[in-house]
Amino acid sequence: MIIYIILLLFLLLLMIGTAIYSIVQRDLLYAVIGTGVISLILSILFLFLQAPDVALTEAAIGVALTTIVFIITIRNTVRFEEEPKRPSKPASK
Amino acid sequence: MEFKLFDLSIVEYAFFITAVLIILIGLYGALVKKTLIKIVIGLSVLDAGINLLLISVGYVKSGTAPIFSPALIKDMPLTLENIKKLSEGMVDPVPQALVLTAIVIGFGVTAVALSLVIRLYRHHHTLNIDEIKNLKW
Repeated sequence: MIIYIILLLFLLLLMIGTAIYSIVQRDLLYAVIGTGVISLILSILFLFLQAPDVALTEAAIGVALTTIVFIITIRNTVRFEEEPKRPSKPASK
Repeated sequence: MEFKLFDLSIVEYAFFITAVLIILIGLYGALVKKTLIKIVIGLSVLDAGINLLLISVGYVKSGTAPIFSPALIKDMPLTLENIKKLSEGMVDPVPQALVLTAIVIGFGVTAVALSLVIRLYRHHHTLNIDEIKNLKW
């Protein structure tokens, strides 16, 4: 009983951490893998919340297809996010 | 074999708080970041948070999956009273159907947005939204 609660809280904390990681990471490929991990944890949580059909759909579409589409986009554009450069002159006018 | 979940009193609040936090993180990524792919990643994270919130709202304490399996109905005749009694301990199936649709639509939205990102990159050779100013005045 208590081990399930600890497992669930661990999964929720891991999900928040992965979300923050995939937002702040400057390498876009790592960030996309982070969104795949978010979808994987979300699928496990759907299974715990008694929604097995939604868990199956999330595991197929969220983990596989979305990651593939993101990686195709990164291959066709750039991989690294630009560093935010300080504005040398004030952005007025 | 019934796969029942434990008593969800504290954990239920943990689900709600986590879902709202993930929605806020995704909103931050979509609003603050300057790279177009990072904005789409933020929208994807926001989508995951909304799905988790909807499913955890529809959860009934120690309920079973809303499926009338042969292991559940056993030898019971399927009269109306029996069906009502069986569906007492099930979680709400309506948010699950909504989320099942929302996952597929979210994938479609992501694919269309990324195709627009590729077109913009081929035209402008950059992904920074500060340098794409065709419609700015």
